[in-house]
Order: sequence, then structure tokens, then C-alpha cells
Amino acid sequence: MATLQEIVSKQVPLAPGHRMCSGCSIPVIVNTIIAASDKPVIIANATGCLEVASTIYPFTAWKVPWMHLTFENAAAVAAGIETAYKAFKKRGKMKDDVNIIAFGGDGGTYDIGFQALSGALERGHKFLYVVYDNEGYMNTGNQRSGATPFGADTTTVPAGTMSIGKTQWRKNIVEICAAHRIPYAAQATAHNTLDLFNKAKKAFAADGPSFIAALQPCTTNWKYDTALTMAYSKLAVETNFWPLYEVENGKVHINYKPKERKPIEEFLKGQGRFRHLFKPENRHVIEEMQKMIDEEWERLLKLEESQVQI
Amino acid sequence: MADKKGWHDLMRGADLPPATSLEYKTGSWRSMRPVFDASNCIHCMICVAYCPDMAIPITKSEEGVVGKGGRLYKGAVRLETNFDYCKGCGICAQECPTKCITMIREEEAVEASTK
Ligand code: SF4
Ligand code: SF4
Repeated sequence: MATLQEIVSKQVPLAPGHRMCSGCSIPVIVNTIIAASDKPVIIANATGCLEVASTIYPFTAWKVPWMHLTFENAAAVAAGIETAYKAFKKRGKMKDDVNIIAFGGDGGTYDIGFQALSGALERGHKFLYVVYDNEGYMNTGNQRSGATPFGADTTTVPAGTMSIGKTQWRKNIVEICAAHRIPYAAQATAHNTLDLFNKAKKAFAADGPSFIAALQPCTTNWKYDTALTMAYSKLAVETNFWPLYEVENGKVHINYKPKERKPIEEFLKGQGRFRHLFKPENRHVIEEMQKMIDEEWERLLKLEESQVQI
Repeated sequence: MADKKGWHDLMRGADLPPATSLEYKTGSWRSMRPVFDASNCIHCMICVAYCPDMAIPITKSEEGVVGKGGRLYKGAVRLETNFDYCKGCGICAQECPTKCITMIREEEAVEASTK
């Protein structure tokens, strides 16, 4: 088992001087995942916060081979890289193995890039797809995505006297990906470095496509103090809003079970996007949210206990 | 389509050498400054792993550095913050288990250094 000392001593793919917001947790996710690779990496990056803020021509923060792609085709390009690499190896033009990683935000993954992702998973390319999930189109100023949680205020579904914000629950992207019968899919967070590192290790070792959804608290559009990024990441797990689990060959394993799950208010409070929920007339929204979270958790426990294939 | 083109004929995309962002000093974004008290540090590496700006350099120390309790800490140890890039988010101060990082206003730090 790796220690934090070992993890921070590994290759760091991103250089300082990038322009992600102060307090952004994307670089932490990217660094931890790539630290887990014992082989050289090739990165396919969908348009999104990571792409626009890491590379503003002629500046780039990347120290590893990296490609800027459109919103929709990160998984397709990763599949192409893998196929080309295999062909080169066969002809003896390349010798060493590489790990191919696609990074996309939730907009580029749950929504716009979903078709390419589904296709690449179905064709069985050996690559890791990582979504850094900040629950909205954040680099363009907080528009609603398929990952935005129930009750959140966004610019496209603003909360107000006639609206509670988003009225749908988010898509379950991990189970959707696992349902492609891929060997490895997992849910992780920015703050739990060891868990994220171990999941990336397993993903690289998988014989086929792998997928990791990492919750990435966004100081700018969740609207909280920049110092609290990791604190919110922890609260998301402690409230069961974002359980840490993995699906290995279709079977669910929960990596962390809070001893006493915290009420969802603890995660919501202090975030500007949920401020409206604390008005007396919106009390029922928080209650509904709590009910959904508890039901989802029960369902996850049952999946783990029964070992039914997803 | 008389003149069929192959992929060799496509226009090349932009190529960039690695890590040119180092020329862009994001330290100028900072309004708060983390002040590090090395005498209280246990070199747990939490701040290093959590810094979004890779602004806390580390080194491998065989002989060890003196930290909390006057003890010697060996292996990966942290150094002073790199203020060329630190954006002053305060995550390091928030998460440090020994509270050996304090956030102060940037003007105070500048005033203190020019006195
Ligand atoms: S988190 Fe605190 S104790 Fe740990 S290495 Fe950083 S400054 Fe030292
Ligand atoms: S204040 Fe933020 S950017 Fe500066 S060293 Fe601490 S964690 Fe890094």
C-alpha cells in the first residue's frame, strides 16, 4: 500500500502557472491519478475547465504528451491512440507500454461526449476515462449538466420564487459505464488521495476499458470559501451524497462506510448554489434530497451484499 | 475529387514544449499568504498533496530536517512555499493537522518585508 510520501514523490504531470481557479481541486485529481501510473502516459483531454485553464497558447502546464480535443471526442481520440499504438507495437516501431488516459469534465462526459465514451467502452479499448465532476458547466459560468444535483441553483435553471433550481436527480454515470461490462469502474473524490491512487492503479491494471468518476468541488460555482475545497469533498462522502465505491467485473464493493452518516444539510450549508434551500418554504426539498440519498445508499448496500452483476 | 489528399497533407496543429506555464506567475493572484512554521511541521505531505498549484516543493532528505517536537524528519520533506505560483487559496492552512500554516493578508506580508 502506497503512502502519501510515496505518492507525492512520483511523477507530477502538471507544472505550476496553470490558470485553474484558486482552490480548484482538478490538478489534485490529475496529479494523483497520473502518479499511480508506472508507465509513461498519453493524455486525451476534452474541452472543459482542465483543458482551457491548463493550456492557454503559448502556455501549457503539461509535462506529459497531451492533446486538446473538442467537448465530444475525448474517448474517441483515446480509442484511436490506443489502436495506433497497438499497430505500432505490432510493427516493432514502439516497444514500451503506455497508459492512455482521457480526462473530461461532467459536461464533456455525462452529456456532450457520452456517445463517444459509450462507443469506446463497448469496443473494449484499453484506456482509462476520468471524469472530474464539478456538477455543471463551470468554465462557462455554471450551466446545468446531467451531473448537476437535485435542488442546485444554476444560470440555466435558476432558483427563485417559482423554482427550487434543478428538479431532476443526477445521472448515475458509474453504473451506466459499468453496465457496458467493462472490467473496472469507480467513484472517488479529490480529498481521499490514497483511495483515488489505489483506484487508478486498479484501472491501469484492468484488461480493458476503465472508468473513474472523481467528485471535484468547485469553489467558483458551488460558491464557497476557497480554503474549504477538501472539506466539502469530505462532507460529500460523510453524508453519503457521493459514496466511495468500485465495480470490479460488475460487482460492487463499497470502499468506505461512514460510521454515522451526517445529515445532508452539513454538505449543503455554506454553498451558495444551495442557499435557497434553507428558506422555510424549501424545507421539503432538503427532506426529499435526504430521502433520495438514503434510498440510494440502501440500494448500494444491497448491490454489495448480493454481489449481483451490474 | 481528382487530387486526393492523405492525412500527411493536413495542416499540423499547434505544438507546444512542456511546462511553458512556468513563465506565467500566478502568485500575483494572491490576496492571502500562507505563513509556514517549520518548527511545528510533521512532514505528513497533506499540504503537498492538496495544493492545487504545486506551490509546495519537496525534497528527499537523508539526514533529516528539524520539525515538530525538535524531532528529525527524514525522507520526503516539504520546503518553503513557492510564492511565484501560490494563489493563496488557504487549503494548506485549512487541512494541516498541526496548524503550522497561518493565512495573513498579502499587504501585511509585503509591508513587513519592506520595513
Ligand atoms: S500539512 Fe502541515 S504538518 Fe503536514 S507537511 Fe504540510 S505543513 Fe507540515
Ligand atoms: S495557499 Fe493554496 S496555492 Fe498557496 S500553498 Fe497553500 S494550498 Fe497551495
